[in-house]
Amino acid sequence: MTTKIHIPTPLRQYADKSATVEVSAGTVADALSGLVNKHPDLRRHLYTDEGKLRAFVNVYLNDEDIRYLEKEATRVNDGDNISIVPSIAGGSADLPQDSRNAELNCARPVRCCCPACCRL
Amino acid sequence: MATITDVKPEAVTLSNDEVLRYSRHLIMPEVGMEGQLKLKAARVLCIGAGGLGSPLALYLGAAGVGTIGIVDFDVVDYTNLQRQIIHSTADVGRKKLDSAAEKLKAINPFLNLRKFETRLTSENALELFSEFDIIADGTDNFPTRYLVNDACVITGKPNVYGSIFRFEGQASVFATEQGPCYRCLYPEPPPPGLVPSCAEGGVLGILPGLVGIIQATEVIKLILGKGDPLIGRLLLVDALGMKFRELKLRKNPDCPVCGKNPTITKLIDYNEFCGIRGEETPVGATVPEMQVEELKQKLDAGEDIFVLDVREPHEYQICNINGQLIPLGDLPKRVHELDSSREIVAHCRSGVRSAKAVDFLRQAGFHKVRNLAGGILAWADRVDPKMPKY
Repeated sequence: MTTKIHIPTPLRQYADKSATVEVSAGTVADALSGLVNKHPDLRRHLYTDEGKLRAFVNVYLNDEDIRYLEKEATRVNDGDNISIVPSIAGGSADLPQDSRNAELNCARPVRCCCPACCRL
Repeated sequence: MATITDVKPEAVTLSNDEVLRYSRHLIMPEVGMEGQLKLKAARVLCIGAGGLGSPLALYLGAAGVGTIGIVDFDVVDYTNLQRQIIHSTADVGRKKLDSAAEKLKAINPFLNLRKFETRLTSENALELFSEFDIIADGTDNFPTRYLVNDACVITGKPNVYGSIFRFEGQASVFATEQGPCYRCLYPEPPPPGLVPSCAEGGVLGILPGLVGIIQATEVIKLILGKGDPLIGRLLLVDALGMKFRELKLRKNPDCPVCGKNPTITKLIDYNEFCGIRGEETPVGATVPEMQVEELKQKLDAGEDIFVLDVREPHEYQICNINGQLIPLGDLPKRVHELDSSREIVAHCRSGVRSAKAVDFLRQAGFHKVRNLAGGILAWADRVDPKMPKY
């Protein structure tokens, strides 16, 4: 089954700037697996070190949250759309303060397109 | 839908001037006199007078919302003017609250404007929210979003939510009795640094306008009790594609705040919840540094020093000091292009990304690499004032 995965803006930089990625998969788990195989940089943004989907990342099959379907075991059909919906917080965006930036246990620098590079 | 406010519309009246002012509302069956009186009786609290807060407050004021409260402790910055349209060039350096209040009163002198020059905290949120009917969340960080959500659920006030990133936005109405709250959608915040924020990568100036107006629309619909509010619906806005998508949001019966058996009944420490500790040592404090004056001296003396620019290509086009451009994210893949026997100085815009680069390179075995303290901004400040700052 070919399914289209919508990549949210904050994560596109880890997916070669693609807005959508097509994968062949039978379940949501397979589809996401296919996605991170194609774009390994996405892995740590979607999954914890233990391989679980991160709690602040929501996955929708068409317009339904997979938490209320069969989670990652949810079957996908041809033409289905999977949306990854992470939390975003931008609003009255001021310039950030340096002290609030903390890389979590990561030796690899995170790609940062930011002119101000701190915050969050 | 029931009237959303404690203040009964019967207790307010419209003067002849107000009737004329709102005539275009009054002649619509969806609003009418009854609706306009509801708007006047309503009390809406806007958290933030910035990107989202600007269009939100302006349109609510214009529409005749009787009481508008604004919470903001910040000052207008020159870089705000690209999108925070309630502020003008003359307001740079002024308190956002004063600037916003002035514009709102100019648009609508009938407005009862309440200013709160404070940071929203767990200590003040509940009392503040209790004086309003609807809360509009225009903030820019995760701890405050969770704080606003929890305080809305606890005080029973709807949370009209909007958020933006670059050219994408989200909008919804959380914390109504039957509907989900923000935690039903996002039970946990992302760890700091894992999800780029709005300040990373910039934001299309029009975007908070688009999303802020959606928020204002939802506020007005809730007050009027008309139309289909975004309760249980997450609106996704893609400004570049001009596409609007909608996802279903369900109330989580196990939600710790709004579920059947809530475990969170008081406000908590939200910075701690979001993993942000005030005493965190930034990476920059631990890598060796070079000041811009020293770099200038070395370059002028023709010393063999390799300048590594770890910004993005579009930043290089704004200004540069002829460094070799290897964006930070590409560094691991391109580290072989660097010669560890040479002296290297890494720079970015302000010195934070380059600090990470230096840290990475030192861990990769480079011993002669230093961070240009203050980045190209410091260079523009102290070495080359003709260089534009951004």
